[in-house]
Amino acid sequence: MSTTFGNIQAIAKRELTGFFASPVAYVFIVIFLLLCGAFTFLFGGFFERDQASLAAFFMWHPWFYLFLVPAVGMRLWSEERRQGTIELLLTMPITSSQAILGKFFASWAFLLLALALTFPVWITVNYLGSPDNGVIICTYLGSALMAGAYLSIACMTSAMTRNQVVAFIVSVVICLVLVLGGVPRVKEFFDAINLPWLGSLAAGMSVMTHFDAFQRGVIDFRDLVFFGSLIGLALFTTGVILRSHRTG
Amino acid sequence: MIRVENLTKLFGTKRAVDGISFSVERGEVLGFLGPNGAGKSTTMRMITGFIPPTDGKVKVGGFDMVENPIPAKRLIGYLPENAPAYTDMTVSGFLGFAAEIRGLRGEAKKKAIHRAVEMCFLENVLHQSVETLSKGYRHRTCFAQSIIHDPDVLVLDEPTDGLDPNQKHEVRGLIKRMGEKKAIIFSTHILEEVDAACSRAIIIDRGKIVANGTPQELRKKSEWAGAVTLRVKGVAGAAVSSKLYQVPLVNRVTVVEEKDGRVTVSVFPKPSEAGANGEFARAVGEAAHGWHIEQLQIEEGRLDEVFRSITMPDTAQEVKK
Repeated sequence: MSTTFGNIQAIAKRELTGFFASPVAYVFIVIFLLLCGAFTFLFGGFFERDQASLAAFFMWHPWFYLFLVPAVGMRLWSEERRQGTIELLLTMPITSSQAILGKFFASWAFLLLALALTFPVWITVNYLGSPDNGVIICTYLGSALMAGAYLSIACMTSAMTRNQVVAFIVSVVICLVLVLGGVPRVKEFFDAINLPWLGSLAAGMSVMTHFDAFQRGVIDFRDLVFFGSLIGLALFTTGVILRSHRTG
Repeated sequence: MIRVENLTKLFGTKRAVDGISFSVERGEVLGFLGPNGAGKSTTMRMITGFIPPTDGKVKVGGFDMVENPIPAKRLIGYLPENAPAYTDMTVSGFLGFAAEIRGLRGEAKKKAIHRAVEMCFLENVLHQSVETLSKGYRHRTCFAQSIIHDPDVLVLDEPTDGLDPNQKHEVRGLIKRMGEKKAIIFSTHILEEVDAACSRAIIIDRGKIVANGTPQELRKKSEWAGAVTLRVKGVAGAAVSSKLYQVPLVNRVTVVEEKDGRVTVSVFPKPSEAGANGEFARAVGEAAHGWHIEQLQIEEGRLDEVFRSITMPDTAQEVKK
C-alpha cells in the first residue's frame, strides 16, 4: 500500500515539475484569473445584483472550464505517446492505474491551485457585505469536483490520440454535451417534441444540474456520487484505452 | 535470469515475432541482431512488459511478465529505441524521478543518481533541460535512467544509436563491464559491436531466430571462414587462379585485384571443410610454391557476410549461381 502511494506521489510530482517548467502553467493561471475577474464584474453584474453572494462569479465556471480544463489535460497521455516516454513509464514497476491516478491528481491539484487563487473575490464580497460563507465554500467544492470531472474526460481523450489538438477538441465536445444537457433551452426542446423523459435524462447527466445544487449550498450525496462516478468511469476508460494500444 | 519461451506477437495478421525461445543468464551479454523490422524491438517490448505477447511466456528472475509484472519489472532496466526522456525536466530531475519510481529515497536516491551520472558522463549537463541536450547526451540520460537502480537485467534497444565513435566505444565498454554481473540483452545492427561486447549473439529475421551462438561460432558459418587471401608478384591472374583451383577442398577462387604485375586472390574452402582451415591454408601454400608471395592471410570469417547470407537467403542463392 505504501509503495502504491509512493508511486502515485512520484508520478504526480514529475507531472507537476514538468508542468511548471513550461510557461503553460503560468499562462493558464493568469488567463483563468483574468477571465474570472472580467466576467464576474463586467458581465456577471456583481455590483448590479446588490447581493452579498458569489453567484456572479461561480455561474461562469462551467463555461471557463469547458476550454481551460481540456487545455490542461490534453497533454497528459498524448505527449507521453508522442515522445515515446510512455514506453519508459509503463515498463517501470508501477501499475497503469497508479500512473493514471498520479497524472490525474497532479493536474487536479494544479486546477485547485488556480481555483484557490481566486480568493480575492471572496475577500471582496466579505468586505462589502456579509455573504453566506457556507454556500461559498460549498460552491467552491462543487467547482472543484466539476473541474475534476472535466479533467478526467480530457485525460481519457488524451489517451486516445498522440495529437494534442485532437485530444483537446474531442474533450471540449464531450464536455460541451455534458454542460448543454442542463441548459433550460434543451429541456424546452425535448418538451416541445414530446420526449420529456429524454430531457430529464440529459439534465440528470449534465454537470450543470449537479453544480447548481452546490450553488444553492446543498451538498447532496447524489451529486457527489455523480461527479465521483463520472471521474471513475473516465479514468477507468483511460486505462482500457491505454491497454488496447499496447495490445495492438 | 531471462527466459523466453515460444514468444509470438501478431499485429493483425502479420507475425511480427514468431515463436522465439532463448534464455540469458547472469554474466551473459546477448547481442540481438537482425535487419530492420525483423522483430527485435517488438521482442524487447514484450520482455520488458510494455506490450503483452499474443502467445508464449516471458520470465524474468522467475517472475512471469504477464501474471506477475511488478516484481519482474523491478529487476529490469530498459533503454527503449530512440531513448525517450521527459523533455520538460532537467537531467537531474529526470533521474530523480527514475530513482523514486524504483523506490529509492533520500540518501539512497542521491547515491544512485551520482553513480549513474558518473557512469554515463553526465556531470556537465546535470542541471540542463533534457529538451536542450544534444542527441548523444539525451541518449546517455536515458541510459543512465536504465541503470539507476543497478538492475540484474538490462534490456537495451540500440544503445549506441546516434552516438559518435568515442561514445560508442565508451558504451560498448560499459556494457561489457556490466555484463560480468548482469544479464544483458542489447540489439544493434552494427556487427563490430557483437565482437566488442557480446558473449553470445542471436540473429532474427522475419520474427524467427535464424542463428544463435558465440560470435566465433557464427563467424564459422561464413564462406570466409578459413579462406586464404594471397598477393603474388610476377604471375598472371588467370594462371594463379587455374593453379589454385587444383588445390584439394577448394570451392572457389576470386581474383580481387590485378595491377602493377601483382595479383591478389582469395581462395575459399568447401563449406564443410571450413573448420580444418589450417590444413586448407597449408594446401594453398604448397600450390603457391615457387611464386613470389608478398602477402598471405588466413581469414577468420566475416560476421557481416554471415548476417547477409542468413537474413537474405534469396539474394545469397543468386550470388552462388
